[in-house]
Amino acid sequence: MSGNPRLGGVGLTLAYERRIVAEGLSVDVPDGSFTVVIGPNACGKSTLLRALARTLRPRAGTVLLDGRDIHSLPSRAVARTLGLLPQSSVAPDGITVADLVSRGRYPHQGLLRQWSAEDERVVAESMADTGVAELADRPVDELSGGQRQRAWIAMALAQRTPLLLLDEPTTWLDIAHQVEVLELCARLHEQGRTLVAVLHDLHQAARYATHLIAMRDGRVVTSGDPREVVTADLVQEVFGLPCRIVADPETGTPLVVPAARRPAISPRR
Amino acid sequence: MLLSIAVGARPLSPAEVWQGLVSTASPEHSVVHQMRLPRTLLGLLAGAALGVSGALMQALTRNPLADPGLLGINAGASAAIATAVGLLGIGTVGGWIWFAMLGAAAVTALGYAVGGGRRATPERLALAGAALNAVLFSYVSGMMLIDAASLDRLRFWTVGSLAAAEFATVRTVAPFIAAGLLAALAGARALNALALGDDAARALGARPALVRVGTITAVTLLCGAATAACGPIVFVGLLVPHLVRRLTGPDLRWLLPACAVYAPVLLLGADVAGRVLGRPGELQVGLVTAVLGGPLFLRLVARR
Amino acid sequence: MSVLRTPGGLSLRWRRRSAAVVTGCASATLLLALAAVGGGGDHPMSPADVLRTLTGGGSPAEEFIVGELRLPRLVTALAVGAALALAGAVVQSLLRNPLGSPDVLGLTQGAATGALVVVVLGGGTLTLAGAATAGGLAAGLLIAAVTGRRGLAGARVVLVGIGVAAILTGVNGWLLTRAQLMDAARAVLWLTGSLDGRGWAQALPLLGVLAASTPLLFGYGRALSMTELGDEAAIAAGVPVRRARRALLGAAVLLASVAAAAAGPVSFVALTAPHLARRLTRAPGPNLLASALVGAVLLVAADLVAQRAVEGRQLPVGVVTGVLGGAYLVWLLAAQRRAGRS
Repeated sequence: MSGNPRLGGVGLTLAYERRIVAEGLSVDVPDGSFTVVIGPNACGKSTLLRALARTLRPRAGTVLLDGRDIHSLPSRAVARTLGLLPQSSVAPDGITVADLVSRGRYPHQGLLRQWSAEDERVVAESMADTGVAELADRPVDELSGGQRQRAWIAMALAQRTPLLLLDEPTTWLDIAHQVEVLELCARLHEQGRTLVAVLHDLHQAARYATHLIAMRDGRVVTSGDPREVVTADLVQEVFGLPCRIVADPETGTPLVVPAARRPAISPRR
Repeated sequence: MLLSIAVGARPLSPAEVWQGLVSTASPEHSVVHQMRLPRTLLGLLAGAALGVSGALMQALTRNPLADPGLLGINAGASAAIATAVGLLGIGTVGGWIWFAMLGAAAVTALGYAVGGGRRATPERLALAGAALNAVLFSYVSGMMLIDAASLDRLRFWTVGSLAAAEFATVRTVAPFIAAGLLAALAGARALNALALGDDAARALGARPALVRVGTITAVTLLCGAATAACGPIVFVGLLVPHLVRRLTGPDLRWLLPACAVYAPVLLLGADVAGRVLGRPGELQVGLVTAVLGGPLFLRLVARR
Repeated sequence: MSVLRTPGGLSLRWRRRSAAVVTGCASATLLLALAAVGGGGDHPMSPADVLRTLTGGGSPAEEFIVGELRLPRLVTALAVGAALALAGAVVQSLLRNPLGSPDVLGLTQGAATGALVVVVLGGGTLTLAGAATAGGLAAGLLIAAVTGRRGLAGARVVLVGIGVAAILTGVNGWLLTRAQLMDAARAVLWLTGSLDGRGWAQALPLLGVLAASTPLLFGYGRALSMTELGDEAAIAAGVPVRRARRALLGAAVLLASVAAAAAGPVSFVALTAPHLARRLTRAPGPNLLASALVGAVLLVAADLVAQRAVEGRQLPVGVVTGVLGGAYLVWLLAAQRRAGRS
């Protein structure tokens, strides 16, 4: 990788109201990577993602998109480069999947350019890619959790952005739906997009990420290839959890096994 | 404590007048006596009723912004009284009070049901109350348009005032408010349990449905009686529990009695302020609480 | 969905059902308009007479009745209905709350305060309209000032609005006690909302504001339907959320204030019209155009009812909308509760 990546943050101070979440935070998102941000609760990982997606304005520092301050760029131009799957979103009552997905075309439309042939093609494609095409006419609020999440991802896809940020895309989903969503992300990554996701599950992060950012207390502890970065020491440092690392029997990626806490106290057998 | 409140309202009248008041011997002050004393008593009762019913509503809805006035209960009482005055020609507080009770009960139940019952969220309840307020407001103004005499009566009543107090009024509302206060105190422990959620309350041995009905009854008694006597007075029921909670914490067994003590202080204070500010006439206490209490409410919301 | 595309790359898209509703409402408006101008009063006219008069062929008496009495009243009703409905649709969509309306935010109470001050101090109809507009705008500014830098998002605005409304209600009640009994009756009539004796002087400023705000509303209309997906999703899709929200809320405040100045705070049109529109079109989103037309139809119809409901006496239109709207609202809330939506 040469030169500056397309997306990154320099010297970020991130805060809600009076509570400062991070100070002097700098991150780079390598082009073409599937970057995953991990860390304990309230370490600032979602806040970082929000700042990168410009839904949170940093108190200090800059988020750079293609070398320019993201807040100085026209909002729609950014929306054609950078998409976001928010953590919490509300679907208005009665909106159908097709309708939701087509709203992702907003940055490509205008008052007199409401629905081009291109719009139609992209929406159909996005729904096909995420496997919600057959749900097109169903109201979003009637879908299952996994289907709903895929519909929202389809909307973000319809934006046709080379960069896609996902804020905890697997939260609230059962394990089968989690894998389904992550597989979809991996496919999108293979198609050439740069992905940034906040995940809770270390094992999934290590399995799917090509680049891992581990955070604690508002700072980056380390970052890099998960196969090199995920060590027992790192897990201890970031999560305060003693553990062993073994190879995932399926993929060979690091698998975190928490250490047994009381072998001596209550020995079974 | 109660004494200090009674005294707190007095210093306005010149000291010698007050002396004359206390010593019933001086005949020239008996007129003043008959106006001032019932007014203070009514202020005490109504204040306690509003403060406690506010605390009850906040506990019941698990919503720190609940207030009988905001939820439309007062408006329900107003609408019922407007009916009594406009259609039936009833003009005495003794006659009004039953209507006020009925109206308050109906609107309390409606507001709670419409606001989502057990699933009520702060915003939904507030909106349901605001909507009911709007409905009832247009009804009351319709009544006022039909008949100029009821307009003349109602327009003074709807601001909320202690000025029309007589001993008869006090005697009429006192039993209702006393009953409501007793019911509230008796239910405090059960409501405490309910604050942890229905399941937890059941596990602790409380019966949520019963507690709810009991609380709503108490609110209706308190709020209906106070409104019938003084007109709708906003913000007292909202603010006092907040101020008091800082002293007592969230335990209703302490919070409710404390509200019953501090709310009258606030109400009488506002009444006194209205008399001082409005000289040579006076400002209705309902206006004073709206103008002083409103900004406090806004601050509370803005800081949340 | 229907799409119209030009070779130059322009394209328009609309829902067939929404288009049908809009056409239906427009024709209903026309019919009602003919009925309103023709019928009623002491001088009933046939639709043919009305058309003849409108095209300049009527007798002087007919000219006067249509041109100076009935037509301006009708136009005021249409414009007030449309303006209130637009304000309601925008507020409901922005707050993501189906119960939002200018009453809930205290805007109409603000207008009422302005009007009452004029009633108490004495002043003409035009001063009253001006003061009502100013009052509504002031209430809007107050809400913006209190919510402050945290932005005009959802729940906080509702709560602040309710607080403002409660304060102003107290003030209004007090102002009412300050007035002479005759003035108080006039004030209550105004507060209820009435179209009696409304002429071009009320209709024209309102039409001006409608004309000025329409491009703004429809320009931001698409942004509005994006903000319904949540702020983050909207920002991510490139919607200038803060700017859009400020502009839209500003327009809603202006529309509600000027409408209240023209006819008084007619209750429930702002709340009900967007709901009816949504039920008719079955489309999500703010449904601005359909709401405006439904609002106009509602108010003209309510005014027709108000003029004829009680023999020999005109009810203020606000009483009719209040009764009908109240029933609808309770039904709506109950239905919503049954559906179990939060």
